[in-house]
Amino acid sequence: MNPLRKLPICGAQLTSRLFSAFAKPHPAFVAFITAGDGDTAANLDALVEGGADVIELGMPFTDPMADGPAIQAANLRSLGAGTTTADVLQIAYDFRARHPDVPLVLMGYANPMIRRGPEWFAKAAKGAGVDGVICVDIPPEEDDALGPALRNAGIAPIRLATPTTDAARLPSVLKGSQGFVYYVSVAGITGKQQAAQASIEEAVAALKAQTDLPIAVGFGVRTPDQASAIAKVADGVVVGSALVEIVGEFGKDAPAKLIEYTSALADAVHSAR
Amino acid sequence: MNKQPNSFRTQPDDRGHFGEFGGRYVAETLMPLILDLEREYRAAQQDPAFAAEFDDLMKHYVGRPSPLYHAERLTEALGGAQVWFKRDELNHTGAHKINNCIGQILLAIRMGKTRIIAETGAGQHGVATATVCARFGLPCVIYMGAEDVKRQSPNVFRMKLLGAEVVPVTSGGATLKDAMNEGLRDWVANVHDTFYIIGTAAGPHPYPELVRNFQSVIGTEARAQMLDRVGRLPDLLVACIGGGSNALGLFHPFLDDADVKMLGVEAAGHGLDGDEHAASLLGGSPGVLHGNKTYLLQDEDGQITEGHSISAGLDYPGIGPEHAWLKESGRVEYTAVTDKEALDGFQLLCRTEGIIPALEPSHAIAAVAERAKQMGEDEIILMNLCGRGDKDIFTVAEKLGVEM
Repeated sequence: MNPLRKLPICGAQLTSRLFSAFAKPHPAFVAFITAGDGDTAANLDALVEGGADVIELGMPFTDPMADGPAIQAANLRSLGAGTTTADVLQIAYDFRARHPDVPLVLMGYANPMIRRGPEWFAKAAKGAGVDGVICVDIPPEEDDALGPALRNAGIAPIRLATPTTDAARLPSVLKGSQGFVYYVSVAGITGKQQAAQASIEEAVAALKAQTDLPIAVGFGVRTPDQASAIAKVADGVVVGSALVEIVGEFGKDAPAKLIEYTSALADAVHSAR
Repeated sequence: MNKQPNSFRTQPDDRGHFGEFGGRYVAETLMPLILDLEREYRAAQQDPAFAAEFDDLMKHYVGRPSPLYHAERLTEALGGAQVWFKRDELNHTGAHKINNCIGQILLAIRMGKTRIIAETGAGQHGVATATVCARFGLPCVIYMGAEDVKRQSPNVFRMKLLGAEVVPVTSGGATLKDAMNEGLRDWVANVHDTFYIIGTAAGPHPYPELVRNFQSVIGTEARAQMLDRVGRLPDLLVACIGGGSNALGLFHPFLDDADVKMLGVEAAGHGLDGDEHAASLLGGSPGVLHGNKTYLLQDEDGQITEGHSISAGLDYPGIGPEHAWLKESGRVEYTAVTDKEALDGFQLLCRTEGIIPALEPSHAIAAVAERAKQMGEDEIILMNLCGRGDKDIFTVAEKLGVEM
């Protein structure tokens, strides 16, 4: 069966799920893992059980240029296991059926997303119950490649702002962005060095001055202590590499470990303020 | 095709698009840098001092202009069109790559950058980059696929002699595309002080344009030399294509000469009917990789597949976006040559002209051999002999079953 053609539209409250996640009385914990790396359904359930407010599901790509070793390895494990775009969408669809209220965001690179055309991808993602899409290598300058198709389908294109995004450029980044803004706290790749707390506070304040969208901060966030400090100023905290490493290290036994570590992270974020 | 523009030399547009190709598909972290680079390049283009320094280095350091050479014995052996070579293999460092590296390092210095990074496949671009870094006293890190490090050990040693740090890249297939990923990862983490010297006319705008412009010294010289020597333009230009910078360098100044036909030669590896080739235009489809939209070797899900060629400099799964546009516009014809045909071309040139070519232009030689026979003796083929073959003798010996 090719699930790409058969998925009925699942769930009516698409971007409102993202809205609700950030409207809770506490900051949101956003958890990332790579689709098709290990038993993704079980691992996703573990993230939800551990208290994740938003799920970021990585679409594997052969050339993940913005990712550090941990997520690169996860991409290769997933592709090595034969994961296709159809599989990623099926994982999303099944997740949506099990968790009607947990927002799900796809994160990945342009080429797999636009391979069959942006409209095809937007429609398929919508059909699978996806709420938002983060495409690493489509900046505002190339928005036409995917943005209009996502917005037309009712999927939030979530843009990235970075330490190199200056004040003059920020409005063009925010324009057309929906759901939340993902602040990349370090100029670098995922999972490596961590940013200074002061620089994060300054950047979040600058973003908040220009947008009402929630601000989630990620890249280089690994521990509950870091997550807690960031959650004092941001609306959400994203952790990826640390979770993906658990998946890589523990394989079939990953869900129990994920519940444990996600709980620690989620508690730290939720109780930060 | 039917949408012929008035000029083929006005691309890209102000967003860096060549028709639907090209563009700036990079992470947001790099976007401000790309815009900065574009601003700085535009200023340099307006600055006579920049052009003067480039020209001076071209003449006294690189050894330009490179000769235009009438390959009479090869012409006789083929029996058909006259074959002429643009001898860019005689440049300092042995290939056309140095033209671009000189231009980019002058830009880097202009921008106040103090550290240079680059990717390399065959090692020619790595050697050229290490060379200009030594010349200007800047530290240099070269990312090279671990497979290529093995295949091209003489060039690895050259880079080290020149003071570069060579980092073997083991991710993915450990070849050129993976080296480029690693280069981009380095750049995104060191944006404040680092300049990325991209080796071919690909990547995010403005790289395809500026690399083409720096390499256009090849075609500009060749056009003037041809008019001077034979009083007319050639009938056919031929060049090999990996990313496509030597071909664009030759072709671009001739693009609006309607009577000059052009042939780009991709690497067909073990043949276009299988997966073992590196012919992005003939065997690939449009997609987005490494900052630009262009033809790619990819599967139905958009996963990038590994190219194969006997020549490490050609086995990149993409191609410069301007070639994608020139193909779709019909201005340039593209063909592909197998590993075996390239080896035959390599030996043919050694024996007829006393020139050991690199395996990359050996692909072009094979295409010239085929086309020359179909053309009249009064017609002229001009081929870019873009690199010399010293680096390839071990590969060739192995393929020919010779132990060294």
